[in-house]
Amino acid sequence: MSNRTVLDPRKALGAVALLAFALLLPLGITDPSRLNFFILILMGAQLGVAWNIVGGYAGQVSLGHAVFYGIGAYTSTMLALSLGLSPWIGMLAGGLLAVVFSLAMGWPCFRLKGHYFAMATIAVAEIVQILVTNSEFLEGAVGLSLPLDRSGLAAMVFLSKLPYYYIILGLLVVTVLVAWAIERSHIGYYFRAIKDEPEAARALGVSLTRYKLIALSVSAFLTAVGGSFYAQKEMFIDPGSVFAGAMSIKIALVAILGGVGTLMGPVLGAVILITIEEYSRTLFGSTGSGTDMIIYAMMIILVAVFSPAGVMGLLQDLRRHLPGAGKTSETR
Amino acid sequence: MNTPPLLAVDGLGKAFDGLVANRDISFLIHHAEIVGLIGPNGAGKTTLFNCLAGFHTPTTGRIAFEGHDITGSTPEAAAALGIARTFQIVRIFHSMTALENVMVGAMLRNKRVADARHRAEQELAFVGLSHRAETPASSLTVSEQKRLEVARALATDPKLILLDEVMAGLNQTEVREASQLVVRIHQRGIASIIVEHVMEGIMPIAHRMLVLDYGAKIADGTPAEIAENPAVIAAYLGE
Repeated sequence: MSNRTVLDPRKALGAVALLAFALLLPLGITDPSRLNFFILILMGAQLGVAWNIVGGYAGQVSLGHAVFYGIGAYTSTMLALSLGLSPWIGMLAGGLLAVVFSLAMGWPCFRLKGHYFAMATIAVAEIVQILVTNSEFLEGAVGLSLPLDRSGLAAMVFLSKLPYYYIILGLLVVTVLVAWAIERSHIGYYFRAIKDEPEAARALGVSLTRYKLIALSVSAFLTAVGGSFYAQKEMFIDPGSVFAGAMSIKIALVAILGGVGTLMGPVLGAVILITIEEYSRTLFGSTGSGTDMIIYAMMIILVAVFSPAGVMGLLQDLRRHLPGAGKTSETR
Repeated sequence: MNTPPLLAVDGLGKAFDGLVANRDISFLIHHAEIVGLIGPNGAGKTTLFNCLAGFHTPTTGRIAFEGHDITGSTPEAAAALGIARTFQIVRIFHSMTALENVMVGAMLRNKRVADARHRAEQELAFVGLSHRAETPASSLTVSEQKRLEVARALATDPKLILLDEVMAGLNQTEVREASQLVVRIHQRGIASIIVEHVMEGIMPIAHRMLVLDYGAKIADGTPAEIAENPAVIAAYLGE
């Protein structure tokens, strides 16, 4: 942390170890539902890291990220259904469309500050959900299904869960690398400056609009890519799943729970959140529909009251309260 | 030799919903000049700063910087042209270290992080904060935070720096150090306008003093002239 231009060998080693663990993990899993659980974690982590770029580093809390997620899911699916385009290309197209949308949305919304910006993002996402639900072209509330007849890498449709695992792992790695590159560049410093003291940042020549739009558009692109992946994995999308307000909350919560503005915080947040979500689902079954919302709400309250810096902040506090813990183990 | 003055303010006025904060203010600032800006509370000093630094758009009048009209430009444009500022109530980036704060300033001229770090180290040394480089900015004392803001502003490579009460709340030794810092900024060829209530800090070093009262300029002269100006004495002591 003291010297960001030089790679910390311990952190680099940790990253390699984590990646190796993630790569080898499926070898020990035969149960597809178990593998699916880990896929869900990786999906949540990828979205959380993407959200963190605008909501964490730049401090512009968006509660409407489902709009980018939905754009990604619908764009790749529509292109596959109407033109037979590979979802790999559809994924990029969805990302680019989300960028265009984010710029059009950010331009007016970034005139609002703090909570008002967050409220505006909710409104935009709700409007888009209603529009899609009522769009005949997009099959409205019925949703879109991908045909199962084309399977394989080009169509990104697989009968086994395993390829999905490695694809989302790859997407997560790319997303983390993008966040990492931003964190280390001048852009990352500008984002934090804007979050801390926007007026002082302006006095130092930082254009707020420009850098907020950069943050939002990069985040939107990566979120849309996650949406396309979801569509390929589920083979079915509808406005209620990909454009839902609950989806927006979940994306933000992954990052907030793990720790905003930290590289791996959202990954940690996803592990915790998805685990709780899955176990509450098996615990309460279908009678407990809505329990996940109760849990989200509880978590928001707990994080807000006890650790605004998320679990990552909690761990850092712990390390600070145990001074010399690392040193004593070295001398022994 | 007919170079324009560094800063030319002509008939500047600023009103907020009818409340006049600045009225018909005109003055020139020359290269590397140290100018004190004084006046009773509410005289419009900070409003004037905000107009010069692009934070307010003047209601009337013109501001020219090196001969270019910059009236109503944005703060980021003003910074790019070479007008830097500090804030009356410090606005440091509290999630960053002292060094990182200054790096953000240095990035205006050079986006490479390593170069910005190098420049920031120099500016921290200039204000005497090298030993605090890796300290979280929020853990610095108020006096250190004020110097940090100066270092951050200097890192943007300004031609003019606007210092807003950098000596307020400092003890005598610190005031003397702050005065010396301003002189060293002048020696680097950077002009400064200093809003200050601490007279013993500003009077010995200023080349010229501007005095505001009720939003208007009531005096413009050397510190010695100002000290004897009846209008200034009246404004400060009341009639």
